[in-house]
Amino acid sequence: MSEYRVLVVEDSPTMRQLIVFALKRIRNLHIEEAGDGVGGLKKLSAQKFDLVVTDINMPIMDGLKLVSLIRNDPQYKDVPVVVITTEGATEDRDRALALGANEYITKPIQTARIMEVAKKMLGI
Amino acid sequence: MTDNNDAGGMHSRAEEFLQVFKKGAEFTQGLLKENERLRFRVIELEQHHRAETPLVELQLLKDRLQRVEAEKQEILDKICSVEQENLSFTNRYAEIEAENNLLANLYITTYQLHSTFEVVEILRIIEEILLNLVGAEEFSLLLREENGQLLQSTINESGLPQIAEVEINDTRILAGFSEGRNWLASPAEMKQLGANEAKAVIPLLVDGDVIGVLAVQRLLAQKCGFSEIDEEIFNLLGIHAAMAICTAILRHGNEGHVNFRQGFLSRA
Repeated sequence: MSEYRVLVVEDSPTMRQLIVFALKRIRNLHIEEAGDGVGGLKKLSAQKFDLVVTDINMPIMDGLKLVSLIRNDPQYKDVPVVVITTEGATEDRDRALALGANEYITKPIQTARIMEVAKKMLGI
Repeated sequence: MTDNNDAGGMHSRAEEFLQVFKKGAEFTQGLLKENERLRFRVIELEQHHRAETPLVELQLLKDRLQRVEAEKQEILDKICSVEQENLSFTNRYAEIEAENNLLANLYITTYQLHSTFEVVEILRIIEEILLNLVGAEEFSLLLREENGQLLQSTINESGLPQIAEVEINDTRILAGFSEGRNWLASPAEMKQLGANEAKAVIPLLVDGDVIGVLAVQRLLAQKCGFSEIDEEIFNLLGIHAAMAICTAILRHGNEGHVNFRQGFLSRA
């Protein structure tokens, strides 16, 4: 069975731990972590990923910028991106979706929701 | 003489032959009659059989139909039972997922709170837990000095911890200090409370003493009340955040050193 590679980009250690905790429950998943958009891009350029899960509000490079860069780079423009939004309000979510994000999760995060969205994006 | 004798013999044989022929004819007649009778019998039996066959077949089909109906009912009962079992498993799965989510949240809360001795880090972790796991957008961390003075702790824009005297008028927060019990606003209370009033009051307890209170003033827009998970996280925060803050402050009071020998022997 092939292994799926997932990149989690999140500045908050608490959130990152929760997202990774949920994703680890899906079989055949290799998870890499980054603390901001720049770190995420570095990991993306170094290896191939099947899914990117990114927070929107992050220092140095936020999630919206990261989504935009991913979608405009032919190397990984087809990688599915899931954004995590703080507000239930539509502004950030709509901006992320307009930039090319495939799906969104709102905080507070439910582990079941992370798993559901990740499985959907990976087609498993 | 000889001629007469010959004629007599022939006559006798002819008579004999006629007798045999007669008997043969009678026998043949008898056979024909018997044949006729048997043919009638065969026709009778065939007619009877023809009349009886559909009834037998009908009965057989009825029996078979009854068996099939019984089997069908049995299968329907099994489907019903499997569906109920399936529903039960689905509900159980949802319960386990909720439990798992709760445990994940509690595990991460504890793990993060006890991952550092830095007060700023602890405050940041409390903020993250309240924002990301509970959905609290605005909260206050209030501490009580031994002389009863209330202090509010914050992190300034430079990321440094600040603490200042504060006067609290919110009766629920004051009750949290005096009674040491959690209070969470019900959905009905949530609608009535003002923007700056506390929606949740969580006393920070060490050895049963209230050293401070976490007061949640505002929740995220999409959050209209507290869930069971929130309650459990608040219960855990009440103990573990208090312990993490005290441990960090005690360590700083000891200039960052942890003297195990002194610590163990001072209680011996």
